[in-house]
Amino acid sequence: MRVLMFGWEFPPHITGGLGTACFGLTKGLLKQGTEVLFVVPKAYGDESQEAVRLINASDIEVFFGEEHITSEIRENLTYVEVGSNLVPYASFEEYERLIEEQRVYEETSVRPVYSRKYDFSGKYGLNLMEEVSNYALVASRIADMEQFDLVHAHDWLTYPAGIWAKHVSGKPLVVHMHATEFDRSGENVNQVVYDIERKGMEEADRVITVSNLTRKIVIERYGIDPAKVFTVHNAVEPVIRREDIQYRKHVKEKVVTFLGRITFQKGPEYFIEAAYRILEKDPHVRFVMAGSGDLMNKMVRRVAQLGIGTRFHFTGFLKGDDVDKMFALSDVYVMPSISEPFGISPLEAMRSNVPVVISKQSGVAEVLKHAVKVDFWDIEAMADAIYGILHYPVLYDIFSRKGKAEVENLKWENAAKNVFQVYQTLVKQ
Amino acid sequence: MNATKAICLNFQVHQPYRLRTYRFFDIGENHHYYDDYQNRSIIRRVAEKSYIPANKVLLDLIKKHGKKFRISFSISGLALEQMQKHAPEAMEGFTKLATTGNVEFLAETYAHSLASLKDSEEFIAQVNKHAALIESLFGQKPKTFRNSELIYSDVIGEMVADMGYFTMLTEGAKHILGWKSPNYLYCNAINPRLKILLKNFQMSDDIAFRFCRKDWSEWPLTAEKFTGWIKALDPKQEVVNIFIDYPALGERQGAETGIFDFLKALPAAVLKNTAHTFLTPSELAETLQPVSAIHAPYPVSWADEERDVTAWLGNELQQEAVSKLYSLAPLVARCADETIQRDWTRLQTSDHFYYMSTKWFSDGEVHKFFNPYASPYEAFINYMNVLSDFTIRVEQATGKTAVATSVPTAASRPVPPPAGKVVKSATPRKTVKSAPAGKAAKSTPEGKAVKLTLERKPAKKAGKTPKGKK
Repeated sequence: MRVLMFGWEFPPHITGGLGTACFGLTKGLLKQGTEVLFVVPKAYGDESQEAVRLINASDIEVFFGEEHITSEIRENLTYVEVGSNLVPYASFEEYERLIEEQRVYEETSVRPVYSRKYDFSGKYGLNLMEEVSNYALVASRIADMEQFDLVHAHDWLTYPAGIWAKHVSGKPLVVHMHATEFDRSGENVNQVVYDIERKGMEEADRVITVSNLTRKIVIERYGIDPAKVFTVHNAVEPVIRREDIQYRKHVKEKVVTFLGRITFQKGPEYFIEAAYRILEKDPHVRFVMAGSGDLMNKMVRRVAQLGIGTRFHFTGFLKGDDVDKMFALSDVYVMPSISEPFGISPLEAMRSNVPVVISKQSGVAEVLKHAVKVDFWDIEAMADAIYGILHYPVLYDIFSRKGKAEVENLKWENAAKNVFQVYQTLVKQ
Repeated sequence: MNATKAICLNFQVHQPYRLRTYRFFDIGENHHYYDDYQNRSIIRRVAEKSYIPANKVLLDLIKKHGKKFRISFSISGLALEQMQKHAPEAMEGFTKLATTGNVEFLAETYAHSLASLKDSEEFIAQVNKHAALIESLFGQKPKTFRNSELIYSDVIGEMVADMGYFTMLTEGAKHILGWKSPNYLYCNAINPRLKILLKNFQMSDDIAFRFCRKDWSEWPLTAEKFTGWIKALDPKQEVVNIFIDYPALGERQGAETGIFDFLKALPAAVLKNTAHTFLTPSELAETLQPVSAIHAPYPVSWADEERDVTAWLGNELQQEAVSKLYSLAPLVARCADETIQRDWTRLQTSDHFYYMSTKWFSDGEVHKFFNPYASPYEAFINYMNVLSDFTIRVEQATGKTAVATSVPTAASRPVPPPAGKVVKSATPRKTVKSAPAGKAAKSTPEGKAVKLTLERKPAKKAGKTPKGKK
């Protein structure tokens, strides 16, 4: 089976969990004997060099960094980049800012291979929707040129591309809901985005949701036929740790960590309020908020206001080794998300032996047993759970061990098997 | 040999004091631990649906059948306390049953605790306290003992015999019975003076669990059908021990299932056969001769498929909570404070540890049914918060330190094994004990090893009254 897949990012250029998820899923699918033609828009100044390297298959290892790439993957994964300004999770405000930042690159940027070939605008678009459309246009050309059995599109930005590809090729379409507009924006949904999401799911032959929570939203709030909506929970890549690196903790206090984008969806303020309550009782704890986002300044102000600044630290955006390092220094990981379609970061914490406290409003809560689950708004319960893990050694110990074992059983291979089964309902082999 | 069969009915009545949501910021500030509203409403609900109507049915049956219908009860001290406070009608029913002379009231641990597994002195003290309460309420000094959740081992049986009890009830667990039948009288392996009655779990569970299940092949169960099963047993067998959790009558299986009609019809159906009698446990022990000793080197109970104590002591959370609790015993013994003694008793209730069981992750709807917590972790955190506050109070009252606590940090965590190498996961951290030597229970890695922590006490201790208790 050959799948034409539309994504929006791929490691190492990731801004959220989606790039990691696509990568894990793709690798899992390759193991199922599926060939994947992966198409991503690129947003940053280094895309042309990357693209050249990618086209030259002998250089593929550089792109994938530490990942071991088997020859099978080389043979079956075709990676296509399209010059575009699409970014995951981008709201219109963020998008405007991004355009401003990237205007600098405009003169110097070398046009991506495909953009020349397909006469794709190559210039950074006037608005996000135009980029989505341009991406869809290019997608339809790719669909026309390539041979494949099925189209798989990840999240709304790629849905128009998926729909076009379906129309051009006549092949079935699977759309993958990693997040809904309700998760991103609460009740203030962007109507245009909502419409694209709904259109994508209506046109799709199958809809894959990353949790039952998301499945419920898709059915109830988008009116999608439940019969074609399937939940496939995400998984996590096994940890790759180099023997020579050992992280040492430099503070004697216990460390409680929030790691993620500092946005409405992630509920950072609840973490701060919980921290305040714990510090009132026990000053020998340090809290870290790792990440960046539009609520960051507000959060810094709130910490100052509460007078806990000497015990509460901000790191800014972390990636790669720094994330692993942060987990290695943490005693508890907290994910207080208000609405989290899945939430892969607790799994990353658990595989580093870190006990986790997660909100019940997350898809990942559906698959985890060895985690404390609280309502995101229940600051007291959250504080109590954190305190319990810090103060009752046996609890810390059991979470640390059983949590790791649990996560190691959540394999992308298995998730990919479930996705493959969804494919099989559409493609006869 | 004759075809005579004695039916021995025993009903367990117990209600714990459930803990309220007790946050860590309450520690050292608020010493009230209980969810009063929930406890009151549960005892009210269970009394109205089960205790009160069931008592009435049993009383009517005794009136109808006279001396021929005989039953027994084990009611925990905490259940009696709560009934006195919130369900006096239920108490009245039990008192009326007592006055008929057809009802035997058994001794158990006052708090429905695991003390028999962890602290022999505390165990003896609780049994004595409970026996005294039973005598004052029902006018009879208990002669038969039923441990919490039918927990039994050879050593526990020996302690019970040393306290002066003649008979004890336990589970007819397959792993202690082997090829033997529960339908005979047995005796303790260490002290044969103690007669052992074994629950026929097949027939007990037919009434207590399967009765209401329409997908059960034997549904609907009638008194005639049930009596037919008794008749069909090997004629040599002498007794059928039906031990039931009382709320199975009316609460877990509502009146609409016909459970009360079944109960009403049962004695007449059984007694129609003149070879059948109803006997209370101590009457049974006086009437029959034990056929052999029963060996239970490891503790058994009536819980789950395993019929062992892993429902309460099966995981690290439970072992930690129980051992931390019992490490306080020597200090609590020095406290005269009435509220400390009261809380000490209530915190020992086995239910608290049952809520921490991780067994329901795989199976066990029963665990979920009785559990007010969403997860064992929440149960543990809440209990440990309460216990932390209780420890502070005990330490303040005695001026002594109870237990040193080591708190792990990421720095002390073992470095995860490098990729590609197989390294066994870290062993559980050993709890540091600095409790005064003597009766502090040792923490055990496995639930089944708990018997090792039990100290055997000389018989003369049996009469001792607990310190600081009224």
